Amino acid sequence: MTQTLAKPAPLAPDERIGRRSPFQKLLGRPEVGALVGAIVLFVFFSVVSSTFIQPSSFATVLYGSSTIGIMAVGVSLLMIGGEFDLSTGVAVISSALTASMFAWYFSLNVWVGVALALVVSLGIGFINGWILVKTKLPSFIVTLATFLMLTGLNLALTRMISNGVSSPSIAQMDGFASARAVFASSVNIAGVEVKITVFFWIVLVAVASWVLLRTKVGNWIFASGGDANAARAVGVPVTKTKIGLFMAVGFCGWVLGMHNLFAFDSVQSGEGVGNEFLYIIAAVIGGCLLTGGYGSAVGGAIGAFIFGMANKGIVYAQWNPDWFKFFLGLMLLLATIVNLIVKRRAELK
Amino acid sequence: MNAKEIDQQTLLQNETDPLTHTPVHLLALDKVGKNYGNIVALSDVTMAVDNGRVTCVLGDNGAGKSTLIKIIAGLHQHDHGVLKVMGEERKFTSPRDALDVGIATVYQDLAVVPLMPIWRNFFLGSELTSGFGPFKSLDVQKMKDITKHELAEMGIDLRDVEQPIGQLSGGERQCVAIARAVYFGAKVLILDEPTAALGVKQSGVVLRYILQARDRGLGVIFITHNPHHAFPVGDRFLLLKRGKSIGYYDKKDITLDELTAQMAGGAELAELAHELEQLGGHGDVVKEVKSEVADVAQTTGKAYS
Repeated sequence: MTQTLAKPAPLAPDERIGRRSPFQKLLGRPEVGALVGAIVLFVFFSVVSSTFIQPSSFATVLYGSSTIGIMAVGVSLLMIGGEFDLSTGVAVISSALTASMFAWYFSLNVWVGVALALVVSLGIGFINGWILVKTKLPSFIVTLATFLMLTGLNLALTRMISNGVSSPSIAQMDGFASARAVFASSVNIAGVEVKITVFFWIVLVAVASWVLLRTKVGNWIFASGGDANAARAVGVPVTKTKIGLFMAVGFCGWVLGMHNLFAFDSVQSGEGVGNEFLYIIAAVIGGCLLTGGYGSAVGGAIGAFIFGMANKGIVYAQWNPDWFKFFLGLMLLLATIVNLIVKRRAELK
Repeated sequence: MNAKEIDQQTLLQNETDPLTHTPVHLLALDKVGKNYGNIVALSDVTMAVDNGRVTCVLGDNGAGKSTLIKIIAGLHQHDHGVLKVMGEERKFTSPRDALDVGIATVYQDLAVVPLMPIWRNFFLGSELTSGFGPFKSLDVQKMKDITKHELAEMGIDLRDVEQPIGQLSGGERQCVAIARAVYFGAKVLILDEPTAALGVKQSGVVLRYILQARDRGLGVIFITHNPHHAFPVGDRFLLLKRGKSIGYYDKKDITLDELTAQMAGGAELAELAHELEQLGGHGDVVKEVKSEVADVAQTTGKAYS
């Protein structure tokens, strides 16, 4: 007994635990369910509609995906961090309205408006996060309140400043052309016009993935969502992490808001309501757990891609677009069930 | 209970007891007390922790064990008495203070995030990075290697440090938490009821890691309500009851039976027998409890009625 205590033999490997094959490890990744769904959907629409796989229509699908995907990046990170945000849809419009109306009202270069919009977007995120960590209310309540307030502010301030339901046109103002080139241009790749948002999307996903998997902050995000008390006990700055995540969502909202503004030259103040669910759906389809602590940025991107394919695929297949919402609901349900099964199986093995 | 006379005896055989011969204890409490408002949660507790020694704190629910560790871990401040670290009087204002002088606590809920891989949990809050400025990234390979190595040192062979920690057994998770505290420079390790939720075999595994930590020179404070777990690994035993110390023994001055008897509380048992008798109809149970009381009375040399 004395000998064993002084120099313990390493425990014999538990014979009940088999080695996991690389395939099983792959199945354990959060985005696998979504990837399978995306492939099935892609093959399906390719068979049903011959136009779907043409490069130009595919670029359109990618564009549709990117407008959801840019937000899904932030929303996925936030969800992994254990919170979610119902104010994202209208916050995008708030950002665009701020940029256009501020520049228009004071007759400034539109870039000043763009900069102010960034401050406002980050500010909205900060306030969401700050109220959340201070009051310890659930994010559902806090961001629902923000959602309602922003919806009201968007309508009321727009009417007050421009006497209408949309922001005034800023197409003739200084800096509009350069801002449009940055936020709403297209890049020609092998004869196909690809919208610049697609590249924003890809860059954001890459940065988010790197942060999540290869930095301290990523570790803190997983920990804050997985078990906030445990994280706090080992010295993780949980409140800062959560506020930072809300601000990251704000940043994504700013990028999309600027695109919405400069793709045209004005913004409808009542837009955006309901879009917050699309971002959350993309993140959930992509394998992020609603309860936090699990998921990936790539998953959110695949979720957005599924959304884009379904959205445009229905058009290319010449079906009635009325079916889209039904289809979306079904996708959400199936994807979540598949994720659940895949995750359980992977964990059991 | 054949296991109780293990190694401790051989270990202490030719050694002077540090309790009486070392001038400075790693950690020492002298008549420490704590009130919550008008409730006295802890009073007059004296104990010491030394390198390579295990100090067990025993007591039933509500005995003041939690209050005691919260004071040592820096979550609460004591109102009376003196707490000394390496001979220097201290009053911790936060858990960080306690951590900074090398007092690490492994809580019952372990402070691990179940869905995260073992290595991420191991380094959570103290991640290793390489690179500069905004491009600082995690040194993943190094952290994995260290995790594997540290756990192997503790005698745990982990198949895969990429596994979510939630897949480990309760005992293994406890060991990861202990290994983590040891790696991050703990001098005093507080273990809050590490065996409370574990089965017999797993408890044995954890007890072995307690000895591992001790052999690496740490001062261990082992909180438990189970004398059968405390006795084999402990060097000193502090018994708490209703916020007071009812005994502080050196291993050589006490036997497991005495410890158990002290813990069991002959008076309570006698009272239980009395109550059961009044209820009537539980003849066999009453008889059993009474014989227990007799046992306790015999070992402690006191009479209960």
